[in-house]
Amino acid sequence: MATAMLLRPEEERMFEGQPKGFPFEGFHMEDVMLPEDDDMDIPSDDDEEDEEEIQTETGFGSVVVVDNLPQVPPEKYEKLSGVVKKVISQANVVIRDGGFYMPVDEETKLSKGYAFVEFNSPEEALAVRQVVNGFKLDKSHTFAVNMFDEIDKYMRIPDVYEPPEDKEFQPTENLWTWMMDKRGRDQFVVRYADECEVHWNDAQRAQAEEVYKRSFWTESFVVWSPHGSYLATVHRQGVAIWGGPSFSRLHRFSHPNVRLVEFSPDEKCIISYSSREPSNPNEKAGLLLNVYDCATGQRLRSFEGSIDDYAVGSAATSDGSLKWPIFKWAANTFIARLGKGSISVYELPDMVLLDKKSLKLEGVQDFAWSPSQPILCAYQTEQAGGNLPARISLISFPEKRELRQKNLFSVSDVRLFWHPQGDYLAVQVDRFTKTRKSTFTAFELFSVKERDIPMEVLELPNRNDKIVDFQWEPRGSRFAVLHGEGPRPNLSLYAMRDMKTSARGVQHITTQAGKQANCIHWSPQGKFLVLGGLKAMNGQLEFFSADDGEVMNAAEHFMCTNIEWDPTGRYVATSVTSIHQMENGFNIWLFNGTLLYRVLKDQFFQFSWRPRAPTLLSKEQEADVVKRLKEFSKRYDEEDSKILEETDVAIVAERQRMMEEWKEWYDTKREWLEWHTQGLQQLLGDRQDQGGFKLEEVETEMTISTAEEVIKP
Amino acid sequence: MRPYLLKGHERPLTQLKYNREGDLLFSCAKDHHPTLWFSEDGARIGTYIGHNGAVNTCDVSMDSTRLLTGSSDSSAKLWEVETGRNVFTFKYKAPCRAVSFSIDEQLAALSTDPFMTTTPVINIVRISEDPSEQSDEPVQRLTGFSKKINRVTFTDLNTVLISAGEDGIVRRWDVETGKVKEEAQLHDKEIRDMQLYMDGTHMVTASVDKMVKLVDTQTLEVLKSFNTDRPANAAALSPIFDQVLIGGGQDAADVTTTSDRAGGFQSRFIHKIFMEEIGSVRGHFGPINAVAFRPDGRSFATGGEDGYIRINHFDNDYLSGRFL
Repeated sequence: MATAMLLRPEEERMFEGQPKGFPFEGFHMEDVMLPEDDDMDIPSDDDEEDEEEIQTETGFGSVVVVDNLPQVPPEKYEKLSGVVKKVISQANVVIRDGGFYMPVDEETKLSKGYAFVEFNSPEEALAVRQVVNGFKLDKSHTFAVNMFDEIDKYMRIPDVYEPPEDKEFQPTENLWTWMMDKRGRDQFVVRYADECEVHWNDAQRAQAEEVYKRSFWTESFVVWSPHGSYLATVHRQGVAIWGGPSFSRLHRFSHPNVRLVEFSPDEKCIISYSSREPSNPNEKAGLLLNVYDCATGQRLRSFEGSIDDYAVGSAATSDGSLKWPIFKWAANTFIARLGKGSISVYELPDMVLLDKKSLKLEGVQDFAWSPSQPILCAYQTEQAGGNLPARISLISFPEKRELRQKNLFSVSDVRLFWHPQGDYLAVQVDRFTKTRKSTFTAFELFSVKERDIPMEVLELPNRNDKIVDFQWEPRGSRFAVLHGEGPRPNLSLYAMRDMKTSARGVQHITTQAGKQANCIHWSPQGKFLVLGGLKAMNGQLEFFSADDGEVMNAAEHFMCTNIEWDPTGRYVATSVTSIHQMENGFNIWLFNGTLLYRVLKDQFFQFSWRPRAPTLLSKEQEADVVKRLKEFSKRYDEEDSKILEETDVAIVAERQRMMEEWKEWYDTKREWLEWHTQGLQQLLGDRQDQGGFKLEEVETEMTISTAEEVIKP
Repeated sequence: MRPYLLKGHERPLTQLKYNREGDLLFSCAKDHHPTLWFSEDGARIGTYIGHNGAVNTCDVSMDSTRLLTGSSDSSAKLWEVETGRNVFTFKYKAPCRAVSFSIDEQLAALSTDPFMTTTPVINIVRISEDPSEQSDEPVQRLTGFSKKINRVTFTDLNTVLISAGEDGIVRRWDVETGKVKEEAQLHDKEIRDMQLYMDGTHMVTASVDKMVKLVDTQTLEVLKSFNTDRPANAAALSPIFDQVLIGGGQDAADVTTTSDRAGGFQSRFIHKIFMEEIGSVRGHFGPINAVAFRPDGRSFATGGEDGYIRINHFDNDYLSGRFL
């Protein structure tokens, strides 16, 4: 064929086995073949080093390999099969018809010492592996069960051990440089459209100053670690953490399809969560939780299971799906999660189950750790059809000693609120009325730091009030409650002790009626709070001083969806995220409700202040600073005014420059203007000048109508 | 500064135009009747009855004797301003979107939309002194684009016609040859309005892409741009101060989903050179479709999707230049 002759040998090879007759006339291979080692500036998606191998569906997911079986002659074959099947049946699974195969060596007629077993679903296979793996048949035979799908993985393990190469130590950047800002500013991250940006909150200049910016930094969201050292970005393949002045990547944690992440309070660990949708209706949705060490990047532990086991009590939403976070941390020593009728407590750092068993608590619905001590508060519902009352118990760990317990009757719902410093615990108890048709609410307040943990009951003046929000004052002993029926609830402030004499006992401080609000946000330093009327309330904001018991300022950030205090309690950020179409962006307010500046960004998703590391000052030093505040503030005021001056000068200079620029441009137009004016004169002649008309006042008289009437005297 | 609220239209406004002296205000709306008002007190003088579709645009002659209107009934009409008599009708096969008299009113440009199979055209016609001799035969047809043209205006002593439209491109046409001399993609989305500064050196464009740009009329170089955070439907340049007046707001189709405060329906004043907002005037409860400064700069009018025209006279405070 004439066309085939045109092909060069290497081209010939490319079309081997293909039908001949492709129209090669007027077609040059060189034009379409990419030169080698040239990606034509199109970056490949898989440039990101070694990715986690993607599990492909081979169809052998429900097959396991049972290894380390005895090698038996044909006469014992049946017996061994029976034993193995019986062992497997411990896992409550059914072996598929004809799904058991134990190969036999043709020459020796002995069985080969392993078996393939197939089940109806991969879940059953997984269950068998968990139960049967490590089963001791006798001294020399311990079963090893592996998934058939993983055989590739084991094939690739080299037969000879090679010690891993020691990597050269690479010093990481200082992760706390942002804390050393001369002006003590705070950072925040914003996420909008495809962009992710970190800014300084430059309140003196009333603007945000960009620190770092990156497009497509994350595929879902970003989150700061609790002390602000790391920023975690969530991707399809896993989680990455970043830090230091240049926001370099510190570690990557591979976890395909990760959905949620959470740092431990001391930011040593990070937990990532992914769920697996069931492939058929009979299957249950599964979940995978990985716990990683942030410093080394090692996986500490992983939890796998069915969502039903994890979505229990308060950890479940009304539709049965999981509520994040699953794990609750206790002051860096324990981590716990809710199970069915139990709480599983794991000890850090090796993440093993405390005393190798979960804490049995019949009907436990919710629990919460004290933020300062390893004390756990658990809530159990009524048991035995109401014969056993609901219980609130305080349990200290690791000794699992019950410190205090309280029985509650005809309970509808319970919510637990720990004081941020762990001094108090408020339990909101919704009880049924006698008719069981409606509920009313009371608070049981425990003073945890005091001897025998005394408890008080607080009932609101109007028992039928719905509780909209309850918040403890951070670093204080007060709490704020939004309560009431209808759209305008009341705000009440209470103190756990008398503010002057510090005598114990709940004190009512003030009640402010008719607030257009549905959430309370205390300043991290206490004293001030912001009442927000979000969602249906159009973004009403009230800046409230708890010490004076009065509103400092009322404002509005229209359609505001989020309110967040900066970690120092100096500024408040309110943002409108892309739930709404218009006016997406954020506002920065001074603590007293003065609007400092606003930034508008389309498709705005997220605003998060960078948390600060805990203070290094002792209580005495802190008190000293408060005492000498005037001295300090004088210096800072001077600095501030200097900055403002500089800024003013800069703005004026910038404006001057712009004005000059404009005049320069206008000069270039002079010639054209001259030509144009002359041209106009020619075109229009007299008409040109008739412009500038004069106003003349003209009086006119008009007779509208005349009528004659005879007036009789 | 209490505004005059002119309720004469039953449908959204499309364009507002002052005559040269500024004593008359012409308004067109999606109802079929362009209306004439006294600009000082907002009294209605009369309507021009004859169109059978939304009136998209109008232009008035320098001596305020003739009015040209373009309508979606696929026609443009020439009117006697004083009597309201329709003296001539230009008939087309597609909605007429933009009209403009040339500087000496010898010519007029009329743009038609793409419609069914017809392509958009800008027709340049000769306007006769005597209406009985008027013909709708164009002396020049500008073609070669596919999206509708929202605004046209003559410049450079009628040698050049500038067009702006849905494709975000501003073109300078040579009126003599009918060729594009320069063009620039100034916006990502539809340009809704384009108005010249009184001396013709620069102009302002307003677009759905939320940007308002100040453009050199001759080179099409962008001098300044301003992000309004909401679709900009109209923009005008103050003849006495360095100010841009911007009207716009959330698209009419989305308005019902939020309250009037979320829509951003204010008319906003922007400093032309510093591109900073000076102030804003609230009032409309729908997006603003049309804005115009009175030629003496002492008053401005805005027309909204809500069917109202608001005439605002500036306070003496403003006119003393204190806000500059």
